[in-house]
Amino acid sequence: MNLFQKAKTFRGGIHPGEAKELSENSVFETMPNPAAILIPLQHSAGKAAKPLVKKGDDVKCGQLIAEPDGFISAPIHSPVSGKVTKITPAATVGGFPKDTILITPAETNEYDFMETLNPDKVTPAEIKERVKQAGIVGKGGAAFPTYVKLSPPEDKKIDVIILNGCECEPYLTRDYRFMIERTNEVVSGLQLIMKAIGVDKGSIGIEDNKPGAIAKLKEAVKFIPNITVDVVKTKYPQGAEKMLIKAVTNREVPPGKLPMDVGVVIQNIGTAIAVHDAVVKGEPEITAALTVSGKGINQPKNLIVRVGTPLSDVIEYCGGVNEYVEKVVVGGPMMGVAQFDFSAPIQKATSGLLVLTEDEINAHEETPCLKCGMCVDVCPLGLEPTKLARLSKLDRLEEAEKLDITVCMECGTCTYTCPANIPLVQWIRLGKQRVMTMQRERKSA
Amino acid sequence: MAATTTNPTYKLDLTSSPHVHSRWSTKQAMWMVVFALIPSIISAVVFFGFYQLLIIAVSVGFAVGTEAAIKAIRKRPITIMDGSGIITGLLLALILPPNFNLAFTAIGSVVAIGIGKEIFGGLGYNIFNPALVGRAFLQASFPVPMTTWTAPNYTVDAVTTATPLSAFKFDKVAADLSDLFIGNIGGSTGETSSIAVLIGGIVLIGAGVVNWRVPVSMIAGILVFGGIFYFIDPAAYPNPVFHLFAGGFLFGALFMATDWVTSPLTSKGMIIYGLGIALVLVIIRLFGGLPEGVMYAILFMNSFVPLINRYNRPRVFGEVTK
Repeated sequence: MNLFQKAKTFRGGIHPGEAKELSENSVFETMPNPAAILIPLQHSAGKAAKPLVKKGDDVKCGQLIAEPDGFISAPIHSPVSGKVTKITPAATVGGFPKDTILITPAETNEYDFMETLNPDKVTPAEIKERVKQAGIVGKGGAAFPTYVKLSPPEDKKIDVIILNGCECEPYLTRDYRFMIERTNEVVSGLQLIMKAIGVDKGSIGIEDNKPGAIAKLKEAVKFIPNITVDVVKTKYPQGAEKMLIKAVTNREVPPGKLPMDVGVVIQNIGTAIAVHDAVVKGEPEITAALTVSGKGINQPKNLIVRVGTPLSDVIEYCGGVNEYVEKVVVGGPMMGVAQFDFSAPIQKATSGLLVLTEDEINAHEETPCLKCGMCVDVCPLGLEPTKLARLSKLDRLEEAEKLDITVCMECGTCTYTCPANIPLVQWIRLGKQRVMTMQRERKSA
Repeated sequence: MAATTTNPTYKLDLTSSPHVHSRWSTKQAMWMVVFALIPSIISAVVFFGFYQLLIIAVSVGFAVGTEAAIKAIRKRPITIMDGSGIITGLLLALILPPNFNLAFTAIGSVVAIGIGKEIFGGLGYNIFNPALVGRAFLQASFPVPMTTWTAPNYTVDAVTTATPLSAFKFDKVAADLSDLFIGNIGGSTGETSSIAVLIGGIVLIGAGVVNWRVPVSMIAGILVFGGIFYFIDPAAYPNPVFHLFAGGFLFGALFMATDWVTSPLTSKGMIIYGLGIALVLVIIRLFGGLPEGVMYAILFMNSFVPLINRYNRPRVFGEVTK
């Protein structure tokens, strides 16, 4: 890497302790089948799927068990062979109970995968259809069904596909392990996505704290002239869509617009792997790759687990928690969700399971705002978090709306930074939801 | 906010994301400022004698005492350990003339905390820099002691001298720049040594407590505005570098104007604020009745901070600039 070349990035952001050393050198392990599989009917943004099986049915591994309901919805396949025992509301990692299919796995797996396709001969339409059938969802935060992103409207001219290899959340090393262990499949997945959309330019955006992965990827694309490896600065939230697009292409996605409005489709590393597996191996999305880490877990690992595996099984497989556990989080430490019910299952887009100790959380007591301006300085979207949080707290929603509260992507950079320990993004999140409700009411009135 | 739930074995924290926090807290930042003032305290003692430590002790003692008393009367939690009262006391002591009357110091300190800060609701709500409010009160109440400048050490006891700024203003005598830099000159005890102030200031900027934009725009401002007049008539107006190192400019730029509470929120706002202080200061120094005006310049610009905040929003990402 050229030392004099400044790594590309965006304005603002922070650099929290990476804590990746806990798991970055652990090779992916495949966890054995749990005693029970619980599959929520909803893994993605949009509508829940409609079940195709009923209590007592025998299912095979990879069999379609729920079909999409409408355009923004993804099908669901059984991750194991076994018997459907129940369809009932059950706990999810999102915190709300959702309709869930319970399956008791059989001793051995019988597979029911789709036919394999030749990646060199497959047509764009076939790739899209396959991604749709495989039920692949985005591995970012929102878990958008991937095939929707592969089908941009006619009037949007896409000229570059960016693969997001930033993994800017501390602790998480899942994408890093994919880039190291399955480098060629990552590239192949990107090529399939490019082919599906009909774009001949691809980029893999990766933070400069992953030299091992950068070297491997550069080697892998050495003879592929239309794919570049773009090294970007290690900074949170570099992996946010808007921030990565800015760093790689210098284009800014305007508030309320999507990456496709600036000619970009952005996909996660894990999504590229899933696309590759769906096309080349005929495998539907029945596993999730995740990092289990934090100082509260006895054996941090990178795992491939069956979708539907309860959190408690994963924790047990990683040696259980130690006495210092303070918080259990699904996702990353900046945007993940704190857990209270460990019967909740791993979902398709689950990227991490963190067991954090008091020392890592580093909570202080809240004190009055000193108007230091640090939150304004670090906000990657150019907002003024202290003002927005105050307006939200005081219920002055119209003013908050004028100050663009709805632009906030809830990355948490402000709360992380605030020396007064004010829960800024928490207030903003609440205010944003209420402003959006207000806007909907205004529209319908 | 710590919502907890009971699972068979553990009590878990369920607050929403983010789940990690930087090591910074207000308290740490405040103690960092106290730490950064040590070089200036040393220079005060070296040039003006140990009596200055007594002034510091009285000023800090009354500042903290006033804060505790007002919090107790208002039945609010006593917050003196956040370090902010100590800073106000320290700052006030360091911008007083050498060998200042201790009773007057105590009055200044009570006013700084009482009127400067607590009357607005305490830390975070005040409009004006509390230490400067205290000093402005003393300047108005005790004009003679406030402008009696004991010469630095190694001269005879209790000899008074002119500050470099008043010497230039009234007699057109420019002090030696190296004396200004070291601090071996007349002036407020913590302000005379530019080198001590700079060391503390650089520590604060390096630690991220002070945003560089305020001091840098103030320095750029005084060099430009001071330079314009120097260019017009070098005999009548001082060299801009003299402006920079004379009086309380650097102390004001690094420790006073950078006060979080009373300076703007946004980068652009900070630059406007810094340039504004420099402009007002040059006008006071060159055309006002007083030789020095850092205090009034900062207080004046403090009053514009809400307005600056309102009209200098950062550009929202992806929005086209108008």
